[in-house]
Order: sequence, then C-alpha cells, then structure tokens
Amino acid sequence: MKKPSKLEAINLDAYYGDFHALKSINVAMEEKAVTAFIGPSGCGKSTFLRTFNRMNDYIDGFRIDGQILLDGRDIYANDVQVDELRKEVGMVFQKPNPFPKSIFENVVYGLRIQGIKDKKILQETCEKSLRQAAIWDEVKDKLDKSALALSGGQQQRLCIARALAIQPSVILMDEPASALDPISSAKIEELIYELKKDYTIVIVTHNMQQAGRVSDYTAFFYMGELVEYAKTKTMFTSPHDTRTQNYITGRFG
Amino acid sequence: MTNSEKNRLKDKAFQVFGVFCTFIGLVVLAIFLIDIVIEGIARIDWDFLTSLPSRRAASAGILTAWAGTIWILILSALIAFPLGIAAGVYLEEYAKKTKLSNFLEINIANLAGVPSIIYGLLGLELFVRFMKLGGSLLAGALTLSLLILPIIIVTTREAIRAVPRTIRDGSFALGASKWQTVWYQVLPSSFGGILTGVILALSRAVGEAAPLIVIGALAYVPFVPSSPMDEFTVLPIQIFNWTSRPQAAFLTNAAAAIIILLLITFLLNGVAVYLRHRQQKKIKW
Repeated sequence: MKKPSKLEAINLDAYYGDFHALKSINVAMEEKAVTAFIGPSGCGKSTFLRTFNRMNDYIDGFRIDGQILLDGRDIYANDVQVDELRKEVGMVFQKPNPFPKSIFENVVYGLRIQGIKDKKILQETCEKSLRQAAIWDEVKDKLDKSALALSGGQQQRLCIARALAIQPSVILMDEPASALDPISSAKIEELIYELKKDYTIVIVTHNMQQAGRVSDYTAFFYMGELVEYAKTKTMFTSPHDTRTQNYITGRFG
Repeated sequence: MTNSEKNRLKDKAFQVFGVFCTFIGLVVLAIFLIDIVIEGIARIDWDFLTSLPSRRAASAGILTAWAGTIWILILSALIAFPLGIAAGVYLEEYAKKTKLSNFLEINIANLAGVPSIIYGLLGLELFVRFMKLGGSLLAGALTLSLLILPIIIVTTREAIRAVPRTIRDGSFALGASKWQTVWYQVLPSSFGGILTGVILALSRAVGEAAPLIVIGALAYVPFVPSSPMDEFTVLPIQIFNWTSRPQAAFLTNAAAAIIILLLITFLLNGVAVYLRHRQQKKIKW
C-alpha cells in the first residue's frame, strides 16, 4: 500500500515581482522518504523548497498562488502561524550557519525561544539531538565551547541537530553538503539515510550521484517547471523527458 | 624612455604623492598638538582641575567645565543610545522597502550633514522655549542627542547589516520571531559595532560648542551642576571663552583645557577602537 503523502503542492505558482519563478507545480511527497530536487541553477528548486516552511515570506515582492499542504492542511492559510509551522518543518542550509554561541546554546536555541527554561529538558534534548545527528561523540566534552570552532562538516551536523531539537516531522535541506569536503559530505549522506526512518526529508542538490544515493524520489526542475517526478531509480535509469536525460547525463546544467 | 619605463615612473610618482597626502594631515595635527602641549602642560595641576572659574587667570580652574562635559556625555548617551538603536533596528530589520522608508533613509543621511548650529537653533526653540527647560543640562543633552542621533542610526544599521543573512535564516527556520531574532542573534553579534558608533558619536558631541552656546549654556558657571535641570558650561565653551580674552595667561589656560578635552575624546576613541578590535576577534563568520 502506498504511504500517505506528507507534503503536497497543488497548482503552485510563485513570483518574485514580475519574475515567474515556479509554474503550476503539482507534486506529492511521501512520508518518511527522501525526495531530491535537482535541476540547473535558477530553475526554482530552492524557491520551491523554501515555500514548505515559508522562508520566502520575508522577501519583498514574493508571492504565491496555489496551495501547499502539510498533512493535508494548507500552510498558507490565514490561520496558520509561521512559527508553529517551522516547529513542524525544520531546515538545514547550504552553508553551515551555527550561531556565534556555544554548541549547547546552538542546539537548544529552538527550545529557548519557545520559552523552555528547564535545565533537565534542555540537556536531555541537547544530547538526544546531537546523538541523532551523529556528532555527540565528537562534541560531548566541549558543549560550552563556541560552535564556530568546529569544522565545516561538524558545523553542518550541529545545524542538523539544532533542527532536530524542536522535533519537526519534515526536514528541508538546501544543498546541505555542497560546501563540505567529500568525507564530511559522505557523513551527511549517511545521516540522511538514518534520519529518513523518522523524518520526511526534502533535499535540494546539485550533485547527481548524491541524489542517486540518498533519495527515494527525484524531481527534476527546469526553468520554473517540474519536468519529471519519479522514483529515483526509474528517473536515473529511464527518464521520460529528453531534458531530464540531458541533465542527468551531464549534457547541460 | 620606453612606455613601460614611463609607467613605472608614474607609479613611483603617485606613490610619493600619496605618502605626502597621507602625512600632510598628520603633520599639521602633530604640530598643533605639540604647540598646545608646550603651551599648556605646565598649567595642569590638581588645582586647575578642581577650581571654579575665576576672573584671574592664575586661580581659574575647569571643574565646572569638565563636570558639565561629563554630565552632557552621560545624559546624551542615555537619550541617544536607545533611540538611535531602536530606529536603526526598525529601518534595517522591519521597515518594508516602500517610498516612505526610502524618504526616511535619505533624510536621516541628510540630517547627519546638517551644521550643528542649526541643531542649536532647533534646541533653543523646542527644548529651551517650548518645553521650558531653559539653558539646562537636559536641554543641552537633548540638543546634542538630536545632533548625534543620525550618526548612531547610520552606524547601527551598518553594524546590523554586517550580520550575515544566514544567521537570521537559521533563527527564523527554528521558529523565532523577528524580535527574537533581533534580540538573540542580531544585536549580540553587532553590539560591538553599534557601541563603537555610539562612542564615536559621543566623542563628537563632547567637542561641540556652537549648539550649546545657542541654547544658552554659560561661559561662567560658579557651581558644579548637581541635577539635569541646572545651568552648565562645557569644556569647548570654556576654551572658546578663554581664547577670546586678551591676556596671555588665559591662552595658557585654554591650552591646558584643550589638553584635557583631547584626553577625554582620545579616551573615548580608544575605547571604541578596543571594542571594535575585541568584536572582530570574537566573531569570525
């Protein structure tokens, strides 16, 4: 039986001022699976990713038509509070962006802004999240040290831990390994594989092999359109559209 | 001469010219400072710092002047600091890019260039007459706060802008509101820069005489102000007053007072440089 869809876009159009960035996108993403968005720079895949936690809200001139459903509920409806939505949909960015604070404070930031002060809860969540992000052993003795002293790969796993700490059900990843060396990058991929047992993951990547390795489904975007969306194995072995074929075989992009 | 020789010569010529330009300001300032120090250093003693003003140059001191300057410094800081930072945060983090915000921005930049005596006239009308504060410390501090507010707003915005977009994104993505992001991320990271700007603005305010003369600060105040509503004088006014006297002994007094004023501004600037340095060392994005 097919798993229910966790995230769904229905006739989604997005604009930056006059620029039509996304053109009537329809896609449904499966729960506890990894969906990869691929496509050349400027194709709209990051814009699309950011509509799922409404990170585009602060950009002047940005607007959307259509719907984004999370568990069947329209996240752009008037009664939706953005901060509540973002507790449900976490995000990891391209460049590791730890706050200039201690490792501990980075992980519990999401809890602190919710007003949670109980030391025990904070410490437990910190350890649990760091373990989930496979970085606990490396940092357990220096939780009070600055997060900026960590390596790039460690910083990125810390950012993942930070996102996990507020217990989201969806994690959006915007090229999470593109700024990292191959070994750190491999660690992130392993981590994604582990995390999909509990989380629905959507990842934007420029790296075809990475998309092939980590994802269950792949969506190919080109010039603001969703050209093809299929199981990753299918897409990489027998793409329907010639544009998809050209892109994944490296003929453009 | 070949072309490349000509190019090298031009390069050399500009280098020499550049060195000359760099040093001209420094040399003039150095000559001025040396002149002042030779003239005034011997006059500075404990009595000079703790005596009230007098008609006789030999027994005149700057107690009321430097006390007034410190009062003005603290009051202006208390007034301009929160206003300037709040305005800077609003413009940088909250204001949408509308015609109104553009208009505000351009005019704040313009205000930073308005001559200080105009602020003095504004202060005279608004604080001294309309609000009936008279020639008090409070009226003076409010006037100088208006004068330095644009500088504080501009430097606050620059310091805030230096905080990377990615830090804000990280905070928003964890469900933080705009205010929480500003309070927990943006301000702590930019505080050194903001403080530097505020201190530099204050050190400008400390050197102002014109606007305070306009609002009615006195040259001769026979007591140390004890509340913000008291009349006052400040070092620049005292200096201005002494340099306009015919007796040479008062010029010596003026030189000594200039040294004290410079010490105060150098001290402020030194603190600003120290804070900026510490900030740069602490946070590397």
